[in-house]
Amino acid sequence: MNIFSYLTDPANWQGPAGIWNLLLQHLAYTAASVAIAAAIAIPLGIFIGHTGRGSFLVIGVSNAARAVPTLGLLVLVVLLLGTGVGPIIGVLAVLALPPILTATATGIQGADHEAVHAARALGMSARQIVSKVEWPLALPLVISGLRSASLQVVATATVAAYSSGEGLGRLLITGNATRNYAEMFAGAFMVAALAVVLDILLGGLGWLASRHANPGRRGRRGRQTSPRGETVSQPA
Amino acid sequence: MNLDWAWIQRNLSMIGNLLVEHIILSVLPVLVALVISLPLGFLVFKTKRVANVILAFLGVIYSIPSLALFVMMPLILGTKILNPVNIVAALSIYSIALLVRSVVDGLRSVPASVKESASAVGYGWLRRLVRVELPLAMPVIYSGLRVVTVSNIALVSVAVLIGSGALGKLFDLGFGSFFYTPIIVGLVLMLALALAADALILLMQRGTLPWFRKRQTA
Repeated sequence: MNIFSYLTDPANWQGPAGIWNLLLQHLAYTAASVAIAAAIAIPLGIFIGHTGRGSFLVIGVSNAARAVPTLGLLVLVVLLLGTGVGPIIGVLAVLALPPILTATATGIQGADHEAVHAARALGMSARQIVSKVEWPLALPLVISGLRSASLQVVATATVAAYSSGEGLGRLLITGNATRNYAEMFAGAFMVAALAVVLDILLGGLGWLASRHANPGRRGRRGRQTSPRGETVSQPA
Repeated sequence: MNLDWAWIQRNLSMIGNLLVEHIILSVLPVLVALVISLPLGFLVFKTKRVANVILAFLGVIYSIPSLALFVMMPLILGTKILNPVNIVAALSIYSIALLVRSVVDGLRSVPASVKESASAVGYGWLRRLVRVELPLAMPVIYSGLRVVTVSNIALVSVAVLIGSGALGKLFDLGFGSFFYTPIIVGLVLMLALALAADALILLMQRGTLPWFRKRQTA
């Protein structure tokens, strides 16, 4: 049996259960949940990073999040709240929160203190310091947080097909149920490709942002000046 | 939402078996990865500039979702889809990808002055590596081990979608029959397992690296 047979058959790409449609659903789930998570985590991370209050929360949350079995959480929430789109996006958003929160708080907190002091000396208000100094310096790290979050969500949205039947995970579930390995492989291949492409795109975006954040310091080790580097990512 | 304690009591031995299976499936890959990553990480470290390219490639590997990697394993290994070897192999790949980075980061954190001093008092490269560089790199490697072990414990359950998955089977059971108890039991056991493993590795670290104890902040 040719394992690429499912992928190369044009008929499998069309229609409501076709690969194109499943890919779009997968992207829609991912975009919606990362957007919701970012809308909560970024302001909260800015507050924590700027004021230094609640840093323990950031460390605790990011460590605990790693241990949560996403499938178990998903299944539990779906049983409690029903199989609609809402509960699934809710769970995915919850999983996307910790990496964005940690990255934002770390980025804001680690912004070059000399630059922050200089801004204060120039008479900038707290709001201006955050928006004009700390935020641009933290942006590369925030993007790296969004990248970890997106990868986490792409992976978990695959698992979500278990209850919703939507997204690329559907190929894996139905392929497994009908013992059609070519269909399973098609799902696995598409999910992996989607994750790798997203990883590279967001990685590139982060690189651009870090060049923008310290334009004069390329080539030198600018670790102290801008919190570059990445949040610890992990497989999902 | 009440727990059905009678169900738990009736199925205690089944739950115990799944727990043991879960421990084996999540810890075995860590051991495999550790044995491979130490020499591999050293080799990558030795490539100097090329190391960053290799590390970036390894980073791409762990962007691949676990379910996808589980499904791709039979293709690479020639195993059947339900074979638990697929899970061990896939998790080993992730663990290696993460641990090699830890080993490289750890070795990079050793100050040049320390290495030069060791050479100056007559250490050969191997003895310097084993007696000086590796011990100093261990805190970073230990923190990598903790990340890998804890995330493996969570990832094993995903394999239930391809018919295996140890404690993950409890999720399937609960979902199939609209029954909360097995799901809660599975979640609690997996979280407890992750916490216990994390604490155990931390204790090992304290035990094997007593000289770092003062500076250690969890």
